[in-house]
Amino acid sequence: MSGPGMVPLGRQVNFWIEDGLGAIVRSPVGSRLRRWGVTGKTLVASVPFFWLLLFFLIPFAIVLKISFSDAQIAMPPYQPLFHWVSEKVLQVKLNFGNFAFLVEDNLYWKAYLNSIFVAGVSTLLCLLIGYPMAYAIARSRPAVRNILLLLVILPFWTSFLLRVYAWIGILKNNGLINNALMALGVIDQPIQMLQTDFAVYVGIVYSYLPFMILPLYANLEKMDLTLLEAAADLGCKPWEAFLKVTLPLSVPGIIAGCLLVFIPAVGEFVIPALLGDPGMLMIGKVLWTEFFNNRDWPVASAVAIALLLFLVIPIMFFQRAQDRESGGGLHR
Amino acid sequence: MIAGRPWFRVLSLVLGFAFLYVPIVSLVVFSFNESRLVTVWGGFSTKWYGALLDNQQIIGAALLSLKIAAITATVAVVLGTITGMALARFGPFRGRTMLSGMATAPLVMPEVITGLSLLLLFVTLEQLIGWPKGRGMTTIIIAHVTFAMAFVTVIVQSRLAQFDESLEEAAQDLGARPAKVFFLVTLPIIFPALLSGWLLAFTLSLDDLVIASFVAGPGSSTLPMVVFSKVRLGVSPDINALATILITIVAIGVAIAGVVMSRQQKIRDRDAQMALAANQQMIESLKKG
Repeated sequence: MSGPGMVPLGRQVNFWIEDGLGAIVRSPVGSRLRRWGVTGKTLVASVPFFWLLLFFLIPFAIVLKISFSDAQIAMPPYQPLFHWVSEKVLQVKLNFGNFAFLVEDNLYWKAYLNSIFVAGVSTLLCLLIGYPMAYAIARSRPAVRNILLLLVILPFWTSFLLRVYAWIGILKNNGLINNALMALGVIDQPIQMLQTDFAVYVGIVYSYLPFMILPLYANLEKMDLTLLEAAADLGCKPWEAFLKVTLPLSVPGIIAGCLLVFIPAVGEFVIPALLGDPGMLMIGKVLWTEFFNNRDWPVASAVAIALLLFLVIPIMFFQRAQDRESGGGLHR
Repeated sequence: MIAGRPWFRVLSLVLGFAFLYVPIVSLVVFSFNESRLVTVWGGFSTKWYGALLDNQQIIGAALLSLKIAAITATVAVVLGTITGMALARFGPFRGRTMLSGMATAPLVMPEVITGLSLLLLFVTLEQLIGWPKGRGMTTIIIAHVTFAMAFVTVIVQSRLAQFDESLEEAAQDLGARPAKVFFLVTLPIIFPALLSGWLLAFTLSLDDLVIASFVAGPGSSTLPMVVFSKVRLGVSPDINALATILITIVAIGVAIAGVVMSRQQKIRDRDAQMALAANQQMIESLKKG
C-alpha cells in the first residue's frame, strides 16, 4: 500500500523543499556561500531584512535629501539636489532654507511644543486610567481574566477611524452628552466640547488606552505574588506594599506602555483633524497641510525630519525595552 | 491581603470598559435610527443600510480595501514570521541588531512620517528605474506590509519565546533538517499566533487612513479615505451603518478565531498528555523488563 504514489501531498511538498534546499546547500555554490558566512538561515533572514532596508530605512534618507531641496511647481515638486554642471563637476546644492523656515516661523515651534504637551498629558491620563484596569485584570481569576483581556483588545480590532468618528456624535452640541445634560436640566445651553482641546484629549486617551493596558498587564501578571505576602508578613499595609513592591516592579511595563502611547500620539493626525479646533496646532496636522494643501514637499520633509529628531531617543528606548522583553531568550 | 480594595478594582474596570464601549454601542444603536440627525432618536429603521449599499463609491472602496488587506496580511505574515524566527531562534548573526531595530520601529513610528517617506521613495524609484509606474494598489500594499509585518513579528517572536525549544532540538537530534523542523514542528505549534497575526495585519491594513492617503494614486481611494472625506463634513447615518457592519464582521471573526484556537489548544493538551502517559508506560515496562 505504500508505493511512491501513495505518499501524501503534504509530505511530498516537504520532500521537494528538503531536496531543493539540500541541493543548494550541498552544491559548490553553497559551500562557497557558507565560507562567506552565508547560510540557509541568513539567506532566509535576508528577505525581510532587505525589504525593511528598502521600504523603511532608505526612505528616511530620501526624506532627508528632499528636506534640503528647493520647492518648484512641477511633478515631483522639488528641485534635484545633485546637478552635473559639466562632465566632471557635480554641483550639490543644499538648501537649509526649509529648516531655517521652521526655526524662524513661530507656527512650527508652537506646533511641536503643543504636540509634545498634548501627547504627554494624554499619556499621563492613559496611565492613570490604564494602570488600575491592568492591575484589576491581572489580579482577577484566570477565567475572568481572559474575557477581560479580550474586551480590552476587541476595540483595537474595530476601525480606529470609526471609533474616533463615534466621539463626534457624543461630543457635538446636539450630541449625546449635551442632550442628556439638557434633558436632566443640568444646563440649558449646550457646552461646546467638539472642536476643543478637551475633545482631542478624549480621542487620544480613548484610542490609545489598550496600548497602555496591554504591556502593563503583561508586566503585572508576571509578578511574584509571594513578594506581597512577604511584605504583609513584615507588617506592610496593602497600600504600602503596593507603593514599595508592586509599583517599582512594574516600572518596565509603565515605560513600555507610555512609549507606545506617547510616540505615535505626538504625530497624530486623524484625532486633531476630526475632533480638534481647526486652528489647533499639532505637528502631524501641519505636515499633512504642508504636503496635501500647500504641496510643499521640501518643507513637509523638513517637518518630518525635525519630528524624527524629537522622537529618535524615545524610539530607541522603546526598541531597547522591546528587545529585552521578547528577544530575551538570546541572552539568557 | 493581596486582594487590596475589591470595590476599587471593580469600579475601575466598570468605568474603564464603559469608556471603551459606550462610543461603539452608540455607533451601532444610531445606525438603526430613522432620523438623519445621528444622535436624536426618531424611531427604528434600517434605511441607512439600504443607502449604504446603494453608494457605489463606498462599495467600490470597500472591495479595494478588502483586496489590499487580504494580500497585505498574507505577505506580512510570511515576512513577519521569518523575522520573528530570525530574532528568536537564529542566535546572534550579522545584522541582527539592525533587523530587530527596523522590525520594531514601525510599531511606534508616527504614520505621517511613514507615509511621507514611502511616497518619496516611490517617486524617487519611479524616476530612477521606472517602477512602480504611478501609484495605486501596489504601492499601498507595499506600505501596509512594511508596518503590518512589525506587528506580526512581535506576535510570532513572543509566541516563540513562550514555547520550549527542546521540541525543535529533539526533531533536529532525530535527523530533521532545519527546514523540516520548521515546517513539521515549529509551524504547527505557532499556527495560532500566525492566525492572529494575519487577522491583525488584515485589520491594520483595512483601517489605515494616513499612510494610504500618502501613497495612493488617483482612482485608488481606500475605504478609510472615502469615509474620512465624508466624516470631515459631519456625521452621517450611513457611516454608522458601515461601522455596525464592520463591527459585526470583526466580532464574528474574533469569535471563530477564539473557538479554533481553544480547540487546537485542547487537541495539543490531549496529545501532550497521551505522550506523557505513553512515556510513563514505557518507563514502567522497562523497569519490569
